[in-house]
Amino acid sequence: MGGAMPQFYSANNMAAKKYITASCHISHNRVYQDAGLVFESDAAPIDDFLLSVYQHFQFSYPKFYKMDNLSKLGWLAAEVLLKDSFDKTPHKAEYTGTVLMNANSSLDMDLKYARSMQEVPSPSLFVYTLPNIVAGEICIRHHFKGENAFFVQPKFDGAFLKQQVDYLLDTDTLQTCICGWVDVLGQEYQADLFLVEKVKRGDAKEFLIENIK
Amino acid sequence: MGITETDNVPKVFIIGDNILSPLGQTTAENLEALKGGISGVKQHNDLFCSPERVAASLFDGGEISKIDKNYTKFENILILSIYDAMAENKEIVAHEKTILIISTTKGNISLLETEPHTEALNTRVALHTSAQLVADHFGFKNQPIVVSNACISGVLAILTGTRLIRSGVYEHAVVAGADVVSQFVLSGFQSFHALSDSVCKPFDKARTGLNLGEGAATVVLSSHGKTETDVKVVSGAVSNDANHISGPSRTGEELGYAIKKTLFNAGLTAHDIDYISAHGTATPYNDEMEARALNHAGLQQVPVNSLKGYYGHTLGAAGLIESVIAIHAIKEGLIFPSMGYEENGVSQPINICTELLNKPVKHALKTASGFGGCNAAILFSK
Repeated sequence: MGGAMPQFYSANNMAAKKYITASCHISHNRVYQDAGLVFESDAAPIDDFLLSVYQHFQFSYPKFYKMDNLSKLGWLAAEVLLKDSFDKTPHKAEYTGTVLMNANSSLDMDLKYARSMQEVPSPSLFVYTLPNIVAGEICIRHHFKGENAFFVQPKFDGAFLKQQVDYLLDTDTLQTCICGWVDVLGQEYQADLFLVEKVKRGDAKEFLIENIK
Repeated sequence: MGITETDNVPKVFIIGDNILSPLGQTTAENLEALKGGISGVKQHNDLFCSPERVAASLFDGGEISKIDKNYTKFENILILSIYDAMAENKEIVAHEKTILIISTTKGNISLLETEPHTEALNTRVALHTSAQLVADHFGFKNQPIVVSNACISGVLAILTGTRLIRSGVYEHAVVAGADVVSQFVLSGFQSFHALSDSVCKPFDKARTGLNLGEGAATVVLSSHGKTETDVKVVSGAVSNDANHISGPSRTGEELGYAIKKTLFNAGLTAHDIDYISAHGTATPYNDEMEARALNHAGLQQVPVNSLKGYYGHTLGAAGLIESVIAIHAIKEGLIFPSMGYEENGVSQPINICTELLNKPVKHALKTASGFGGCNAAILFSK
């Protein structure tokens, strides 16, 4: 942990340091907040597990029920990420955004929609056949109006993710960025979200590639 | 403070481009078609067994040369588009500071309609699989990047390439986008009642919806411009409505914000802009939102068009196709009429272009908006 490290700004280093002020990981029936296990459930299949997370944390957001599993997973991870440490008040809506990545795009919903389209194609399913809808759901929930980007890569690419987020924060395009990995396909799911800010709070680790692996 | 034109931030030049559409296989062929007022949108009575008549801009099959049977139509048009765009810059492929960026929304989704569902199919339809196949075809050294962010994908892909060059990570970015029409996409837009059964009419009072289209387009970005007069990507911005996943903002403030930020970062004002290539899908809500956004940004006097009447909505290719036209508006001093527009159908005044304009264009703005509430703007300048 880098908790004792003093903040240090080098005159040669144009960009200020960034910090991971919160994180959330969800996979294999477990939810971690800032590396600590906060919920575990035997609930299966995935739909039941995601619902069990929602119920455990007593979230109240009726739109959750209409989301596809990718949006539910990303939305839940963002809720856990932001629920304790994030203070929205000093942030302008336009300065908070998302940079997300996964391997399977929206294939989980694509397969469901493809099966349903032979009967009566449903707009409420079709809208979730885009991976960036999860970012839209997070932005609607928290009223974030800053930049969004969704990338589809074969596996988590920390160097690229960090480069993208660094650019947005170093140029003051964003002050706060929710970034990471959100992927669902069938019963397989994984979310690794990080809240990256320019201010150091508590024992926040520096935003470095080795700290988002 | 943004990263603006300074000595230590590289400029981003456009050193090659291509549009591969039903209107032509090169940018020049596409420009000739647009000058002739030709639309790629045709009516089809039994497309994918659709019970409704569909108007769409589709490849008829004959015009695309097949490279290899292992490539899908989606990959095939990407490769052909990249090949033509790089015709004069082939050497950058082998450069270790060159990145390939692919923009698409649904890629090979039509394989779900024709192939049995297996684990192998999941991998075959993955967007990164197509991107790697395309990268390997040319021999790009770095792992390609896929941008899939609904209908702003093309604009965001150019912006992503621009930022990677500006931050010094790469020196060249080959940015290519494509989408093809499938039963999947067609039935989805039909379920939204978003399709017009004739050539769409962006911003017109009688507009009834959009046309789908197929196409690919590529821009080659580089920090090494051939001349100082090459068109440059100057700035860009993205925003989210935070309002609805399938309906645009009621106020247009968020797209307006992305536009204003784009102008601010370029050190320009609304009066400096000579041409705006709007998203203009011809759905009632999109066009209204855009008109409001342009007014928020003070751009109501600037000539604006939508190219959807020529190409339909090519989804992940749209931002790229329309950016290439904007780049050539600067190069050739040409602004095309907004096909299908007769009578104002939006509540805020905007200056829709109704005839071919020959005038110098120094700064051209391209905008896009999409599902998930996303908006993007990008500025090209001489």
